[in-house]
Amino acid sequence: MNISLELMLQLCIIIPFLATFSIVASRRYPNLRESVTLSTCIVLIFLVVTLYQGLSSGKSISAYWWELLPGLTISFDIEPLGMLFALVASFLWLVTTCYAIGYMRSHQEKNQTRFYMCFAVAIGAVMGLAFSANLFTLFIFYEVLTLSTYPLVTHAGTEKAKKGGRTYLGILLTTSIVFFLLAIVSTWLVAGTLDFKPGGIFADNVDKVIASTLLVLFIFGIGKAAIMPFHRWLPAAMVAPTPVSSLLHAVAVVKAGVFTVLKVCTFIFGLDLLAQLPSTQFLLYLAGASVLLASLVAMRQDNLKARLAYSTVSQLGYVTIGALLATSSGVIGSAMHIAMHAFGKITLFFCAGAILVTLHKSKISEMRGIGLQMPITMIAFFIASLSIIGVPPTGGTWSKWYLMMGTIETEQFVLMVILMLSSLLNIAYLLPIPFHAFFPKLISFKTSDKLSGTTNITEESLPSFEIKEAPLPSLIAIVITTLGCLTLFIYPQPLFDLASAILTGRE
Amino acid sequence: MITHLPILQVITPLMAAPICLLLNRSQLVWMFSLLASGLAFLISILLLQQVMISGVISYELGGWQAPWGIEYRIDKLNAFLLLIISGISTVVLVAAQTSIEKEIPKDKYTYFYVLYLLSLTGMLGIVATGDAFNVFVFLEISSLSAYALIAMGQKRQALWASYQYLIMGTIGATFILIGIGLMYQMTGTLNMADLSQRLPEVAQTRTVFVSFVFVIVGVCLKLAMFPLHLWLPNAYAYAPSIVTAFFAATATKVAVYLLIRFTFSVFGLSFSFTTIPLQTLFMALGLIGIFIASATAIYQKNVKHIFAYSSIAQIGYMIVGFSLSTVTGLTATLLHMFNHALMKGAIFLALAAVIYRVGNVELNHFRGLGRQMPLTMAAIVIGGLSLIGVPLTVGFVSKWYLLTALVEQGWWPIAVLILLGSMLAVVYVWRIVEVAYFKAPLDENIKVKEAPVSFLIPIWTLVIANIYFGIDTRLSVQVAKGAAQSLFGVSP
Amino acid sequence: MIIGLFNHWVVIILMMIGLYIVIAHGNLIKKLVGLTIFQTSVFIFYISIAKVDGGTAPILADGITQYSNPLPHVLILTAIVVGIATTALGLSLVVRIKETYKSIEEEEIQQQDNEEQLTKHKTEDSA
Repeated sequence: MNISLELMLQLCIIIPFLATFSIVASRRYPNLRESVTLSTCIVLIFLVVTLYQGLSSGKSISAYWWELLPGLTISFDIEPLGMLFALVASFLWLVTTCYAIGYMRSHQEKNQTRFYMCFAVAIGAVMGLAFSANLFTLFIFYEVLTLSTYPLVTHAGTEKAKKGGRTYLGILLTTSIVFFLLAIVSTWLVAGTLDFKPGGIFADNVDKVIASTLLVLFIFGIGKAAIMPFHRWLPAAMVAPTPVSSLLHAVAVVKAGVFTVLKVCTFIFGLDLLAQLPSTQFLLYLAGASVLLASLVAMRQDNLKARLAYSTVSQLGYVTIGALLATSSGVIGSAMHIAMHAFGKITLFFCAGAILVTLHKSKISEMRGIGLQMPITMIAFFIASLSIIGVPPTGGTWSKWYLMMGTIETEQFVLMVILMLSSLLNIAYLLPIPFHAFFPKLISFKTSDKLSGTTNITEESLPSFEIKEAPLPSLIAIVITTLGCLTLFIYPQPLFDLASAILTGRE
Repeated sequence: MITHLPILQVITPLMAAPICLLLNRSQLVWMFSLLASGLAFLISILLLQQVMISGVISYELGGWQAPWGIEYRIDKLNAFLLLIISGISTVVLVAAQTSIEKEIPKDKYTYFYVLYLLSLTGMLGIVATGDAFNVFVFLEISSLSAYALIAMGQKRQALWASYQYLIMGTIGATFILIGIGLMYQMTGTLNMADLSQRLPEVAQTRTVFVSFVFVIVGVCLKLAMFPLHLWLPNAYAYAPSIVTAFFAATATKVAVYLLIRFTFSVFGLSFSFTTIPLQTLFMALGLIGIFIASATAIYQKNVKHIFAYSSIAQIGYMIVGFSLSTVTGLTATLLHMFNHALMKGAIFLALAAVIYRVGNVELNHFRGLGRQMPLTMAAIVIGGLSLIGVPLTVGFVSKWYLLTALVEQGWWPIAVLILLGSMLAVVYVWRIVEVAYFKAPLDENIKVKEAPVSFLIPIWTLVIANIYFGIDTRLSVQVAKGAAQSLFGVSP
Repeated sequence: MIIGLFNHWVVIILMMIGLYIVIAHGNLIKKLVGLTIFQTSVFIFYISIAKVDGGTAPILADGITQYSNPLPHVLILTAIVVGIATTALGLSLVVRIKETYKSIEEEEIQQQDNEEQLTKHKTEDSA
């Protein structure tokens, strides 16, 4: 095929949107509908990988659509950070679709066409967001992402889903319109441009008070990054079906948030300016508090998905901290953490969903001994937990390493302690789950029983030993992402290259 | 022919009205009205084109020279307004015949179209004319036909709403009349362009001051600006749906036009904003209006009421933009006039379709409509998103300009308040969405069908316009900016 | 000064009487009467400002040099027509209100509307 890279870039964004039409057209034939989705995924990955090769060979790839308002264009430009995000998102979309086919069918969900349609729109929005060349384009896709995921969050259509959706939309729209939009307009007036430029777009003599205020507005405005106190939407959105939670709320939506934070920090403010601003310090501690508090809250959750949700809030704080540290290792750590956490967290969510569809369990206290029934799932859970905690042999090690380096370089020892403490908390709230699952009897003496609430474990209450794994497509997805966690430990090089190229410009 | 366009703009619907009476066959009358309105739309496009190319068009009625004769003066501002009014009127008329089937007794069809055309004439006349007294005459033509149209509503409350509107509207119009009289007393002229030349000489007199206040208060009554908005919600809610769609999209815009015309062109910028603290007053009233009206909208049980209050809130945005008295602020106001016409036109037409199928628009009758009338509900949702100001809809464009205008002048707190106010729109729009998509229908046995095509075509024309002008903003921004710049005397 | 502008005073007094009736009276007919008085005051205002002392009707005739200004008089003819139309429309509305509400008192109408609203919501809530 002989298509220019520019065209491919645009196709990346358009194809998922076009896919919605074919999904609707094939709504009466589930098999056809799902193969449409799957083939779109594969085409998308092919496109993104080709673009990646183009970028690696040093080409500059950009596209210009049109001028929405005078001076404000919808245009795209590929840089390493966006590439990284796009790679992760497009790959995990394929895996999730695979998983969703197994999950949605065995769970007999309704409105599956709407589900796949909104999913495709959301991915299209993520692609647009990742490749956007200016803040204005980014904002538009940011809002499209919010709106397209609302029907997914409220998929069940129950009263609870409606409430969750209300919180979800309320917080994300309010923060983005009240703070984010205001910050964008102000930036536009102060700097005269909204293009992403390495080193920032503000003049050197910009008023520090204004810049500080803008930074606060940005960090609060990007509600998808779930910095406390604007994190409530994330647990609320857990009413969604598990594939949605896993892709959108462990990967696409939240990562779109922290991705935006990283973009704003590095390409709007620039690390030099960022380091000088008084509000950076304040926001660092806020993010630190967010990391620690969310971990503490996670420990108290008995619902597995809620625990994972709070864990996500906490992990997102890491990325924000990395961005705000304003050093190269901080940024590298953040960028890598976007990918590492994506693989780890999506595996965890997949496992949670697999347990739900096969054993119909969603509470952690009910999950004793299930390791004997679902060994593959629970091993995957264990490995993914390690990745979130950040211990070898999983990918999470690298990103945490760079983040730590960042805190040491900037002598933010308080933050270093917070990061370490949080890792300990990660161990405390994640590892007992697979542990309980494989050794149901031993646990009854452990203190962690108080957490899970049940005490008397008798032989009868223990589950049978019959192996009953998740549906095959779902299981395949789980294995793929788990292998991903491990592979990223052994071959972090491409990822690292991309991350370190963020600051130096193109590779 | 081309040189007579300004008068043809007004006279086409005016002449069509009595002809309708002669035709007196409902289908025929409808087609004819549609034709007349379409013709007016065509003329307005030609006028706008001409104005954009060659500047202000002056047309002397009957060949009597201004300032003695009546002059029609078309500049960018009124060409833009003419386009909005005649465009919306035409689109709305497409659905009219189907809609009134269920809402108006058969023997009144002809009168309905006659009144509709007269109302259209009035609005076009107000905008086209360059003569202050002529404004009053056309204002009354459009208002009188509006009272009668509203009184045609199904419920008896329509009568009461119409009566209240009549009292308030007449007081407003008479205030404007007093203001015009005082101006004439001081200057001896009624031509707006001439007035703007002569008023500065006598600007210091109390008479001019009083006339200014009378005009402003009168216009604000017509505008339904908070706190003079009380007539509007009931008038909109109980009027026949087609009438609501037409008025919600156009009537208040005409009043905003008058406000801009009188303050900027006739009295002049420096007079208007220095003699009384118009900026503080309007900004405060605009903001309060946004919050109170939006908050009231949240608690309404009738969806027409919800959007009627939302209209009052949207007027607040226009007023805030206006009160800044900067080019960007005025551009925001003008853009929002255009954009709001598109949103409210689409929403109220969709509500007309709901009335046609369901019989009323009480909120709890919306249950399950998301499935039963997917296209109609989707139109309401997109219109609602546009009201909220989501990117890629027209609402975002005007919000962007309003924000730019506010931040440019350093009004940060106001900008935050405006944005918070727009969040209230999320609440009232989402109340409808939740009922329509998450609640099961009231009665499963009653099958509600999707609206007929004669509704869907105009509704979706407006919805697509909502999106199209949110993506391709060249036309609207260029015209609005040009109009704002010429009002400030800045050459573009 | 005060006496010289007595026409203004007349106008203002009439205007206030008219407005007062519109606001204070609950009877729909009386409101319309007030509205008419209010409008008439404006007509008088227009007519009186156009009158020039010693001027006659603007008819060209020998020996007459001073005329009253005819323009406002013509204008107000239009306004009077508009006023009549308004009153006629208002009265016909009142007739129809009387037919459906069996009353022309503002309070009673309002009360009927409120009660209707209440009963409707009650039946809906119970349903």
